Amino acid sequence: MSTFIDGLSLGSIYALIALGYTMVYGIAKMLNFAHGDIIMVGAYAILTTLNLCGNPIVAIVASVVVCTLLGVVTEKLAYRPLRGASPLAVLITAIGVSYFLQSIAQLIYGAKNRPVTIATFSAVAIGNAKINIATIISLIAGAIIMAALTVFIKKTRTGRAMLAVSEDRGAALLMGINVNRIITITFAIGSALAAFASVFYLMQIPSTNPTLGSMPGIKAFTAAVIGGIGSVSGAMIGGVLLGVIEKIALSVPALAPYTTALEFALLIIILLVKPTGLMGKQRREKV
Amino acid sequence: MAYFTNIKNSFKLKNYINYIGVTLFLVITASMLYTGNLNRSTANLITQIAYSIILAVSLNLVVGFLGELSLGHAGFMCVGAYIGCFVALKLHSVISSPLAVLIITMLIGGLVAAVFGFIIGLPALRLKGDYLAIVTLAFGEIVRTIFKNLDTFGGALGLSTKKYGTSLFIPALIVVIIMLILVQNLIRSKHGRAITAIRDNEIAARAMGINVAFYKLFVFVISAFFAGIAGVIYGHYATPVLYSFFSYNYSIEILVMVVLGGMGSINGSILAAVLITFINFQLTTKLSGDLAALKFLIYAIVLITIVIFNNAPALQPFKERFSLKGLIAKISGKIKSIFVKTKDIDKERAKIKDDAAEWKRIPTKIDMDALLSVDVKHEKTENQPDEKEDK
Repeated sequence: MSTFIDGLSLGSIYALIALGYTMVYGIAKMLNFAHGDIIMVGAYAILTTLNLCGNPIVAIVASVVVCTLLGVVTEKLAYRPLRGASPLAVLITAIGVSYFLQSIAQLIYGAKNRPVTIATFSAVAIGNAKINIATIISLIAGAIIMAALTVFIKKTRTGRAMLAVSEDRGAALLMGINVNRIITITFAIGSALAAFASVFYLMQIPSTNPTLGSMPGIKAFTAAVIGGIGSVSGAMIGGVLLGVIEKIALSVPALAPYTTALEFALLIIILLVKPTGLMGKQRREKV
Repeated sequence: MAYFTNIKNSFKLKNYINYIGVTLFLVITASMLYTGNLNRSTANLITQIAYSIILAVSLNLVVGFLGELSLGHAGFMCVGAYIGCFVALKLHSVISSPLAVLIITMLIGGLVAAVFGFIIGLPALRLKGDYLAIVTLAFGEIVRTIFKNLDTFGGALGLSTKKYGTSLFIPALIVVIIMLILVQNLIRSKHGRAITAIRDNEIAARAMGINVAFYKLFVFVISAFFAGIAGVIYGHYATPVLYSFFSYNYSIEILVMVVLGGMGSINGSILAAVLITFINFQLTTKLSGDLAALKFLIYAIVLITIVIFNNAPALQPFKERFSLKGLIAKISGKIKSIFVKTKDIDKERAKIKDDAAEWKRIPTKIDMDALLSVDVKHEKTENQPDEKEDK
């Protein structure tokens, strides 16, 4: 039971990161490899502001602001010049950005693990399982954020413009949608979600290092693929599913060392059997 | 017609410069070793350079020529290193000559890696671009995790191998030369053209009757084979063979070599491999601790600037105007025009030669798009009668 709850809360982190991936992929048609590293930057932003003023709320706000700005700046500097270039070029640039952020973080803060305590949480007993309050908070907050995002995309003008761009960029352009602006907004939202993910991550694992983001980043991409890339609900389902699978695999001693391999094998199998994922739409290739 | 005249005078120094370069390098360093002028650390550096060249050129086959991004190249190397060195440990008791063991294990390691290349090539038939990149990345991580947990291969401590000795760089460089001969002839053959055709437009290539599935698998297998060999060389150079070396970071390092040298340029890959390995070698001794991140910062900046400069649509006119080749051609043309008065016939000939040069150059995607979008003009049919008159 407690394994399952742990899996859910880890899954909510994955889901938040996967949302960022899936939105950027759906709208800008690029795999933002640096997305995981934005989480790492968010974690360091929390660390720095906590050291400066000690107020966790301020730290969370600062992390969201820093991540959003970072997302917008990387989009403008690194990805926008390559709009219309080959996907390979964009992907390599994204890898470059990822490395850039990691090495900058290491130069500033060092490679060592740095402890970050946002707040101390006690455990509650539900039935015979003990569950940390942080787990419950991250679950509820994750659900609220995802619900808000769904409403935003479905109901607001900007959200529907985003849907239109992801459906057909050329047609959206003809309808008078400022595609560049929409892509920038997508990056901003995706990075803000990454900042929230970093908050929940630090609640569960209270330490940070420069490569903190890369593994969760790749795993969240796996989650996005499982759910069907480009689909918001798919990212949530995929994220939660992957979180639960990971925690269950970790709790079985025979499987534990192979957990990462298992998750990646799942990714490969899904891509081979059903490349569109659980909720994705089939796209035909045009000549 | 222009195509055949090109074949006639196909012996050009440019095509052989890399064999000559590597062979000269091999002869000089080997003679230095036997006269005792080569110290241990330089020999190690040369070994590193040799396996880096093999890795960079083989990755370039996939990234530069097939046009698919592989982020799991270190995974193939890992397979080669572990399997090859495991076999080497068993063979040392049977065969006394270390060179024979090295050659046998290189073949075995390469073949096993090639099998894995085939397995990874299978998804490549269905997936493209970003998805394939992620699958190769996942493969690299899976391989690493498995070797980390298998006690037969030393587990988390790594597989301790028997070192070959300082003269390892000689067989390593010979492997480089053999690989260059194979790869360059492959690229210039009919099969090489088919591979680049798939890169430029897969659907068009399929419509031309190219067996896309076969060539994709073929490239992945060849690339993995050489990566496996590089792994075996690494295993004979460094002990223990440790899973953590073959991480995603190392795959990226190879990718940086390919991008820096120019995707689709073999000589470029060689130069970049030499340069980056040399810089790495110098930096690891000078930078310690957190400053080591400076190395990755440099990689990142190199990757971003080169890719943006080469690919940004907005920069294309700028590049054409200020390209080095164009500048050299302009200057040499002006110098020539001072000394030689060109006749009309000469100009005509020069034009035919230009046509021949067109054939030699492998067109990029942008060129292809430009060609396809412009109406075909009948210039060539007009040129051909002139050419006959000249003769």
